[in-house]
Amino acid sequence: MRTLYQFHGGIHPPGHKTQSTQCGIARAPLPSRLVIPFRQHAGEPSRPLVRVGDQVLKGQLIGMPDGFVSSAVHASTSGTIVAIDMQPVAHPSGMPDLCATLIPDGKEEWFPHAAVDYRSSDPAELRQHLRMSGVVGLGGAVFPCDLKLRPLRNHPNRNISTLILNGAECEPYIACDDMLMRERAAEIVQGAEMLRFMLNAGEALIGIEDNKPQAIAAMRQAVADSGLPFEVVAVPTIYPGGSAKQLIRVLTGLEVPSGKLPTDIGVQCFNVATAYSVYRALAYGEPLLSRIVTVTGNVRHAQNLEVLLGTPLQELIALGEALPDTNHYIMGGPMMGMALASTAVPLAKAGNCIIATSDKLFPPAPPALPCIRCTRCAQACPADLQPMDLYWFAQSRDFGKAQAFSLFDCIECGSCSYVCPSHIPLVQYFQFAKSEIRAREQDKLAADHARERHEFREYRFEREKQEKAEKLAAKEQAVRQSLAAATPANPCIAAVQPEIQAAIDRAREQAATVEPKNTNNPTPQQQAEIAGIEARREHIRELAQSAVEHKKD
Amino acid sequence: MGAFFSPFISKPDTVSRIMFKVLLALLPGIALYVWYYGPAILVSIALASLTALGIEALMLKLRDRPVAPFLKDNSALVTGWLLALSIPPLAPWWLIVVGTAFSIAIVKHLYGGLGNNPFSPAMVGFAVLIISFPAQMTQWLSPHGLGAVELGFLEQLEYIFLGVLPPDVTLDAITMATPLDTLKTRLHLDESVKQIFDMPIYGRLAGQGSEMVALGFLLGGFYLLATRIISWHIPVAFLGTLFAIAGIFHLADPSHYVTPLFHWFSGAALLGAFFILTDPVTSPTTYKGKLIYAVGAGLLTYLIRVFGSFPDGVAFATLLMNLCVPLIVLYTQPRVFGKKEKRP
Repeated sequence: MRTLYQFHGGIHPPGHKTQSTQCGIARAPLPSRLVIPFRQHAGEPSRPLVRVGDQVLKGQLIGMPDGFVSSAVHASTSGTIVAIDMQPVAHPSGMPDLCATLIPDGKEEWFPHAAVDYRSSDPAELRQHLRMSGVVGLGGAVFPCDLKLRPLRNHPNRNISTLILNGAECEPYIACDDMLMRERAAEIVQGAEMLRFMLNAGEALIGIEDNKPQAIAAMRQAVADSGLPFEVVAVPTIYPGGSAKQLIRVLTGLEVPSGKLPTDIGVQCFNVATAYSVYRALAYGEPLLSRIVTVTGNVRHAQNLEVLLGTPLQELIALGEALPDTNHYIMGGPMMGMALASTAVPLAKAGNCIIATSDKLFPPAPPALPCIRCTRCAQACPADLQPMDLYWFAQSRDFGKAQAFSLFDCIECGSCSYVCPSHIPLVQYFQFAKSEIRAREQDKLAADHARERHEFREYRFEREKQEKAEKLAAKEQAVRQSLAAATPANPCIAAVQPEIQAAIDRAREQAATVEPKNTNNPTPQQQAEIAGIEARREHIRELAQSAVEHKKD
Repeated sequence: MGAFFSPFISKPDTVSRIMFKVLLALLPGIALYVWYYGPAILVSIALASLTALGIEALMLKLRDRPVAPFLKDNSALVTGWLLALSIPPLAPWWLIVVGTAFSIAIVKHLYGGLGNNPFSPAMVGFAVLIISFPAQMTQWLSPHGLGAVELGFLEQLEYIFLGVLPPDVTLDAITMATPLDTLKTRLHLDESVKQIFDMPIYGRLAGQGSEMVALGFLLGGFYLLATRIISWHIPVAFLGTLFAIAGIFHLADPSHYVTPLFHWFSGAALLGAFFILTDPVTSPTTYKGKLIYAVGAGLLTYLIRVFGSFPDGVAFATLLMNLCVPLIVLYTQPRVFGKKEKRP
């Protein structure tokens, strides 16, 4: 038996997983239309390669990776592209994103594709192949898979010692990984071997929470059948045990340092569904076109479906048959998921679960009371933070303090909110504080930039002024010199000179006769009055000055 | 209810339920109190409850806060009950009313209300009363069988509300000094502990009646621990410290210093260990901080009891340690996951 380690905190919410695991993975029928977002991954959106009216085949590249952190997007089935425009997508911001709308022709005609022999290929080529296959992390972060397989540039001598496959699936309700492991364990294990080979990792551990005995048994069988030296480890069921850093801690006893990546301690972590996609991409040359989605909650037929990417969620929900008292839909789990503003959005690579909610299943939280510092949140925090203090700093907008007390080590798992007896939406406060701090840092950068530009502009004006002045001076000099040279030769000016002098004298005389202003020669009485006013003014000035100084103290 | 945010599920725990469980945990002690001293304590608790709720509602109104949700949180009742249990039950009605009103209005609400008061409201209330009304604060009832005269419930009510005693009864006949108080006075008169403990008021361990009430609070404390309303840190560190320091003095000079068990079961030690020092609002949030806080309170309680001028030291020890909480918390921050240094 492997020694397992613990992480601090964690909670035990009711699982609700068996609801959707009563039947096997079903294939969702071909939807009437597919809306395929060009950004389904972390990083830059892919660049559209198709135009409206194009006929595409299943698996055909329609979005080219564009930028370092980016991935490819493919046509999930064969058909016609009828639109490329901004469409609503499932994103917390509620902002629409660029999508290709595809009307399936029903033929499911494949684009030519071929397997890659990973053992005899160049690692860089394999990574490029995964990038062009659109393989991204399916655990939720949708980070391009190929980037996690790059050799460690900063640590040329350090290797990945441990590959971890994450099958923990700690969020309640979600069961897509569970079902995938039960039904496609052999493929996952082959995918894990491909990942291990590409990373040149020593050992490979597959961590699965012990509330999934069937998945554990299936994976153990698959490992035994494959003859690979992998270890399937049943880890305690505790939320958020499926968070990468927490799972690494449980399996290896190592902590990923704050602000660092698992590779910094020689560990790399992939979701089991990602390993499955890697296997399909290399063993069959199939890009990522579909994923398993749990449709559950307040529905008649809770189940796990294999769904084509781009399928509108309302068609998916219709398959589950939501009950009449359904009031919301959650994308993701009940701990970290988000409420959907609309179900008229497509399924993207990150979509692991859709939960229909009702007031009965998800009673609305009572109004928040003040924090009584009971520290249940601190006891539940898997990052060893003090949420009650961070909440205090966030609500008083003391962002510097919040940062000093490690706000950015918060993984937003929601354990603190879950246990709070005052029902304070702690995670929202932390998200708010983080976004404010990020915005301020942006503002500061922008301000620095603007200041530099302004200073340069001032300098440029000054320089130009100086240059102009120099030029003008030079010109004047030249004119004067030429004038001085010219004057004696000009008899016209010499002729009018006495007249000019006479005019000037007349003007002087006139000025002397003008009556003086009343302020020029004040009477002694006026002078005394003026002196009085001046003295009072001086006194007031002194008072104001002392007030300002007093304030400064 | 406009926004719908993650997490969408939560534990069905509420502040109201937590405070209710604290009230529930006080019941064994209260029951034993009634058994040994008669029902006068129930009158104090009722007066404290009414005053606490009334002043709480008034202050919420004045502060323009929603009244109903806060009244239902039960926190004012906890303050009222703890104060009622800390002062003599056979006291004029206005004593508990003034104390509770001060606790709720000044100590709690003027410092920001629920969750914001730096000092334990009940203990400040107690301190104010013992300093302002020392005479009324020493009229402790004699337990059954020890007083020269025992008043019936109606006679007790008559005294509490009207200040009238039955014609042939003096106040001294029905009240007495507490065991802790008596011990202090007699030790000053150069009597030995052994001589003093021969007095009937000392019961088996620490005072007839009062030791049983303390046992009731201990039971309630176990309930709070079992239901995880409180953690073990404060009661264990407080009682452990009190036991250790009392043990050292007792071993050095048993004729002048009483046993550690006497210190546990007399006065407010057990009430303080489980109900007063563990107040989440006024105690440290970190585990290490809780230990430091409780050790400090244990030492101060002993020093005040033995060398100070007040018979019991729990209230002042609590208030003095309340003062140190922000500093303790700052210097006992736990290590954050993935970080080396401890303090921010």
